[in-house]
Amino acid sequence: MSRKWLLAASAAVALTATAGPALAQGKVLKWGAGREIASLDPYSFGETFTLSVLNHVYEGLVRYTGDLKIEPALAESWETVSPTVWRFKLRQGVKFHNGNTFTADDVLASLARVTHETSPLKGNLPAYKSSRKIDDHTVEIEVNGPYPLLLNDLTNIYIFDKEWMEANNTSLPTDSGKGVKGYATDNANGTGPFIVESRRADAKTVFAANPGWWDKPRHNISKIEFTPITSPATRVAAMLSGEIDFTNVAPLQDLPRLAASPDIKVLQTNELRTVYFAFNLSDKMFESDVKDKNPLRDKRVREAFYRAIDIDAVQKRAMRGLSRNTGALVAPAIPGYTPAQDARLPFDLDGAKKLLAEAGYPNGFSFQMNCQSDGLVNEEEFCQAVAAMWSRAGLKPNLSMAPRAQQAPKRVKGEFDVISFGWANEPMIDAYSILVQVLRSRSGTGGVFNWGGWGRADMDALIDKAGVELDNAKRIPMMSEALMIAKNEHLFIPLHQQPMAWAARNTVSTMVQASDNKPRLWLTQMK
Amino acid sequence: MLAFLVKRLLNAAGVMLAVAFLAFMIFRFVGDPVELMLNEQASQAQRDELRVRLGLDRSVLVQFGTFVLNAIRGDFGISYRNQQEVFTLIVERFPATFELVLVATFLSLAIGIPLGVYSAIRRRSFAAQAIQFVSVLGVSLPSFALGILFILLFSVTLQWLPAFGRGETVALGWWTTGLLTPSGRLALILPGITLSLFQITLVMRLVRAEMLETMRTEFIRFARARGLPDHAIHFRHALRNCLMPVITVTGLQIGNLIAFALVTETVFQWPGMGLLFVQAVTFVDIPVMAAYLIIVSFIFVTLNTLVDLTYALVDPRLRQDAMAGGAHGR
Repeated sequence: MSRKWLLAASAAVALTATAGPALAQGKVLKWGAGREIASLDPYSFGETFTLSVLNHVYEGLVRYTGDLKIEPALAESWETVSPTVWRFKLRQGVKFHNGNTFTADDVLASLARVTHETSPLKGNLPAYKSSRKIDDHTVEIEVNGPYPLLLNDLTNIYIFDKEWMEANNTSLPTDSGKGVKGYATDNANGTGPFIVESRRADAKTVFAANPGWWDKPRHNISKIEFTPITSPATRVAAMLSGEIDFTNVAPLQDLPRLAASPDIKVLQTNELRTVYFAFNLSDKMFESDVKDKNPLRDKRVREAFYRAIDIDAVQKRAMRGLSRNTGALVAPAIPGYTPAQDARLPFDLDGAKKLLAEAGYPNGFSFQMNCQSDGLVNEEEFCQAVAAMWSRAGLKPNLSMAPRAQQAPKRVKGEFDVISFGWANEPMIDAYSILVQVLRSRSGTGGVFNWGGWGRADMDALIDKAGVELDNAKRIPMMSEALMIAKNEHLFIPLHQQPMAWAARNTVSTMVQASDNKPRLWLTQMK
Repeated sequence: MLAFLVKRLLNAAGVMLAVAFLAFMIFRFVGDPVELMLNEQASQAQRDELRVRLGLDRSVLVQFGTFVLNAIRGDFGISYRNQQEVFTLIVERFPATFELVLVATFLSLAIGIPLGVYSAIRRRSFAAQAIQFVSVLGVSLPSFALGILFILLFSVTLQWLPAFGRGETVALGWWTTGLLTPSGRLALILPGITLSLFQITLVMRLVRAEMLETMRTEFIRFARARGLPDHAIHFRHALRNCLMPVITVTGLQIGNLIAFALVTETVFQWPGMGLLFVQAVTFVDIPVMAAYLIIVSFIFVTLNTLVDLTYALVDPRLRQDAMAGGAHGR
C-alpha cells in the first residue's frame, strides 16, 4: 500500500517536473479590449481596430515599426520601375499557418480580392490598377498615375493564401448587400506572429504564438486571450482584480484609480487624431438669425471664434489635462507637419469681441453647432465648454448633441454651421490623407469629407501636385504649404491631439505604444 | 374554446405585425449604415454603389413587404458589421441569455417565496419590516448600478467571483451551457443575482399580499379551529392557494427578463442576445437590431399567449366567459 503511494507521489513529482519549465515559458497575455472585432476576415469591414487586431494573424507586404516608419514585411525590397509601376521582391521561405508556402500567386489573389468591386476595403487601395507576376517571388503593381503613397496603403492590405481561399471557396470578399458570407469570416490563415486557436464571438478569441514565423520574435508571449469588455467600469474592475493583463482602452476618468494600484501601469500618450472645429462656408447659414448671408465666410469672424477659445481651460477641465494643445491640423508624427503650424492664436476675449464688431456683428449671431456624444474623446465635454466660451464672446451657439449615428447623415449633407471634427490620417499616416479627403474641393475622388465647402483653388492646386509627386523632398513641403494656407485663413480651429491611454499589469515588462493607438503585441515582453 | 383560441392567435399575429413594422422603420430612420460601413477613404461613387447594393434605394412598401416575408422564414439578412447571417448570430447567443434568465427566475422563486411567506406571517416583526424596506431598494436601484456595486465588492475587493464573461462553456449540440463547469457556474452568480433582484422583490411582495389575503379566509380559520399545526396551515394550505398568480407572473416575467437582460449583459460582458443588440446599436447594424426586436417580441407574445391559454384551461370562469362571448358575438 505504502509503496503504491510512493509510486504515485514520485510519478506526480516527475509530471510536475516536466510540466514546470513548459508552464514557466507559457506566458499568457489576457487582453481586455473595448469592443469585439468585426470578423476574422480583414477584408470584411474597414475598421482600424479590427485591422490592428488581425495584424497579429495576417501581414502585408510592408508594415509599420513601433515608431511608425515603414519597413519590409512579406516583401523584402521594392523599386519603382516607372512612375506608375512598382516592383516588389517577395520574402522567400515564408509559410502560412497551414503550412503552405507564400508566393507571388498569393499576392495577386489577395489584391484581386481586396480590390474586387464588392470589397468594403476597396477604398484602402485607391490607386490600384493591376498587378502581375514576374516570377514566383517578384510581383509588379501598376497604379493609376504617379502615386507616392502606395507603400502606406499596402501596410493595411493583408495577404491571404491562394490555395486556402480556393479550397474554401472564399476568393471573393464577403458582401452584406448580396448576403455573401465567407469561410474567412470565421477562419483565418495568415503568415503573422500569431495563429487563431479558437474563437467565440463576444466572449474569447485565443491567439497562439506561431513557432514558424519568418521574423525573429521580439515577444515572449505564448498565448493571447482576447476578450471584449464593452462596459468601461467592468473593464476597469477586471483590470483591478487581475482578470485581464492589458487593455488598449483605459477610460480617462479612471486613470488615477488605475495608476494608484501598485500592480498596474498606465501608458498614456497622445494619438495621431487631431481635433478641430470646422465651419460651413456655403452661401447661407444653416440655422441662424442672419438669413441673407454667411458671416462665417468672413475671416475676421473665424478669427474671433478662434480667439474666444480658452484652450488651457478646455485642456484642464474637459480633457482632464491629458490632451496636447495644437494649432496644427495634423499631429507632429505625420509627414507634412511643421513646428510653425503648431503655434496657436492666443486666447483673447476682447480681441474676439472687437473682431466681431469690425465684421458688423457687435451683438454676435446665432448658429448651429453639431457635436457627437460617442465620437471623439470627451467630445461632449469640450463641445459644451467651447459653446460656453463662444457665448461669452457674444455669440449664440445652438449646441446639437446626439450619437454619431444620428449626426453623421446631417454632417454629410452640410446641415450644420459648425462641427467638431477629428482626423487621424490613418491608415496612410501622411498629411495627404486629410488634404485630399477633407481640405480638397469636391471633385472625383477628392473632398469626400469636404462637408462645408471650405475648399480653395490655391490649396487644391498644391494638393493635386503633391498627389503625383514621388520625391518626398518636394512632396512634403507642398503639403505643408497647403496646410499653412488653411491655417492662415482660419478655415478650421484646431484644438488638440486627443489623449489615449492603455493599462497593463506588472507582468508586462515592455510594450510599444505608438501614436496610431494600435497594439503591436509581437513587440511585447512579459515577465 | 376554439373561438377564444382563434381570437388570441389573431391578437398575437396583429401585435407581431405591428412590431415588424416598427422594426422595419428602424431601417428608415436610424442613421445611415453606408456612412459607418465604409472607411474614411471611400469615394462618393463607392458610397452610392453600396447604397444600391443594400437595397436602400427601393420604395418603402417594397422594402417592407420583402422584410416581412423574409422574417417569417427566419431570414433577417446579413449583419452589416459581422457579415454573418443575423438569425444564426442571434440563435448562437440565445443559450447564454436563456440560461441567465432561468437562473434569475429560479433565484427569484427560491428566495422570493420564503421571504414573502415570512413577512406575511410575521408581518409586525423587525425582520419583516427590514425585508420590506430592503425590497423597496431592490425595486428602485437600477440594475446597472447594482451590477457595478457587486463587481466592485465581489470581484475587485474580495476577488471571489469573476467580473465579466461566462467562464468555460460546454457545447451540447448547438446549445452551450456554463452550468456544467465550475468557472461557468461561478460566472453565473453575479449576473444572475443582478438580474433577479427586481424579480425577487416582485415575487416576495406578491406572495406577501396573497398570503395576507388568504390568511383571512374562512378555510384557514377552519384549519386553525381543527388544531392543525402552524407550518401545515402556512405552507400546505395557505401558500398553495397563493401560488397560481405567482406562477402566472413568473411566466410573463420571463419575457421581460429576456428583454431586460440587455443591461445586465452589458455590465457583465455576458455574451448573450442583449449584448449583441447593444453592439449592433453602436455600429448601426440595422438587420441585427430589427431581428432582435422581432425575436424578443415573438418570445414575449408567445409566452403571453400560452399563459392566457393555460388560464383558460385552468379557470372555468374564463372559459365560460369566452364561450359566451364567442356564441353571442358580443
